[in-house]
Amino acid sequence: MNDKWSWDYVAEILPDLLRGLLVTVQATALGAILAYALGLVLALLRRSQIPVLSQLTWAFIEVIRSTPLLVHIYFVFNVLPQFGITLSPLTSGVLAIGVHYACYTAEVYRAGIDGVPRGQWEACTALSLPRGRVWTAVILPQAIPRVLPALGNYTISMYKEVPLMFAIGVLDIVGRAQEAASESFRAVEPYTIAGLFFLALSYPAGVLVRRLERRVGYAQ
Amino acid sequence: MIRFDKVVKRFGDNVVLRELDFQVRPGEHVCLIGPSGSGKTTILRLLMTLERVDSGTIDVGGECLTHMQHRGKRVPADEKHLRTVRKRIGMVFQQFNLFPNMKVLQNLTEAPVRVLGLSRDQAEQRALELLEMVGLRDRADAHPSQLSGGQQQRVAIARALAMHPDVLLLDEVTSALDPELVADVLNVLKDIAKTTDITMLIVTHEMGFAQDVADRVLMFDQGRVVEQAAPGKLFTDPDQQRTRDFLRAVLERR
Ligand SMILES: Nc1ncnc2c1ncn2[C@@H]1O[C@H](COP(=O)(O)OP(=O)(O)OP(=O)(O)O)[C@@H](O)[C@H]1O
Ligand SMILES: [Mg+2]
Repeated sequence: MNDKWSWDYVAEILPDLLRGLLVTVQATALGAILAYALGLVLALLRRSQIPVLSQLTWAFIEVIRSTPLLVHIYFVFNVLPQFGITLSPLTSGVLAIGVHYACYTAEVYRAGIDGVPRGQWEACTALSLPRGRVWTAVILPQAIPRVLPALGNYTISMYKEVPLMFAIGVLDIVGRAQEAASESFRAVEPYTIAGLFFLALSYPAGVLVRRLERRVGYAQ
Repeated sequence: MIRFDKVVKRFGDNVVLRELDFQVRPGEHVCLIGPSGSGKTTILRLLMTLERVDSGTIDVGGECLTHMQHRGKRVPADEKHLRTVRKRIGMVFQQFNLFPNMKVLQNLTEAPVRVLGLSRDQAEQRALELLEMVGLRDRADAHPSQLSGGQQQRVAIARALAMHPDVLLLDEVTSALDPELVADVLNVLKDIAKTTDITMLIVTHEMGFAQDVADRVLMFDQGRVVEQAAPGKLFTDPDQQRTRDFLRAVLERR
């Protein structure tokens, strides 16, 4: 085994690693969209006037938040087929990570909604605005800008947790690196490059989120 | 127009209104005065359906606000009933409560379009007329945060009027403003009092303003009407010692 860094070897594995990067980005993007949308739905259900609905939602959120993402990934991929729902590894992974993070973004939305001053609700009542408009025209447009930084941070976490999907055979960055390493018995290059891929997106994204945080901070 | 009948309102053990009775005629302008905590805001919030009575009834324009008929029985009003009665009432808040995510014009058109069913054009035309009336026609495209407190409050008044209310509730609408901005807002209100037949219920510490617009002044203390009279009488020659003390305290504060 040769310990020296080999650029030839890097050139050989780079296309596969890039394919892995694409899968990771795809899984993150789709999972994030699911987490943003479902999180909002959960946050609204949590506030429902119907006690059963809000209690069930609360229980669901607590269960998911108290158990590891890896278990959810295995669950979707291995258990759902027994109920007749068979999904591809990538779809299973996206579903698991999206639902998992929805239970965190639900909390983020809740805080954002609670942050809208009571006077805004009262003005809506005084104008007899219908409930749907209260949410879509007044409350959410004020709550969502405040929660964007937190959603951004969760998106970065999701990006870094996609490698867990390798457990059900999704060939993300880490999956591709692992493949390359076991075929050639050279581990330094694939894992280093995999690490650099994560750094190259996570770090700038983190800087952006912090900038956004400051802007949202000023706006209030 | 408005009738309170033995209205009781509690917050926990704190009885804020004790079997309160009073009436307001259509088109009348009534000022509510009284010490802090006497329940003035609570009266307006009950009318705006932001609070519910513990007992007693409130009628607005011949309709019961607090109760409704259900299977021949009188039961507390549900949300649907409240919605129908609420439309006749508008409120202006101490803190303006404009929608910061909308431009001034949209603040004024949102409810008329969504609730009264006006077309966008109709609503905008009416909004611009109202902005003209409060002296802010040229700020239609501004965001509320770009306006002074006094301007925001005038927009809030215009927003309430855009709903064509029969009753307008005003809760210390100038007390969050810098002193030099108060006069503009009060002038707008005097104008409305003079040119419309809207019934107005005004909580204020501006005694000069009350003197100008009120047909009647109600002096509250501890959830009861201590004394009521035309402003000329109540401000110069009140019957009750409690009223004299209160007026002296207000004058000294300025
Ligand atoms: N939401 C609430 N929860 C508990 N207590 C309340 C609430 N709203 C009002 N109160 C209490 O009710 C009483 C009357 O309050 P209210 O705001 O009606 O007085 P006010 O006459 O408007 O006073 P001010 O001149 O200070 O505005 C006060 O003792 C207040 O503490
Ligand atoms: Mg008050």
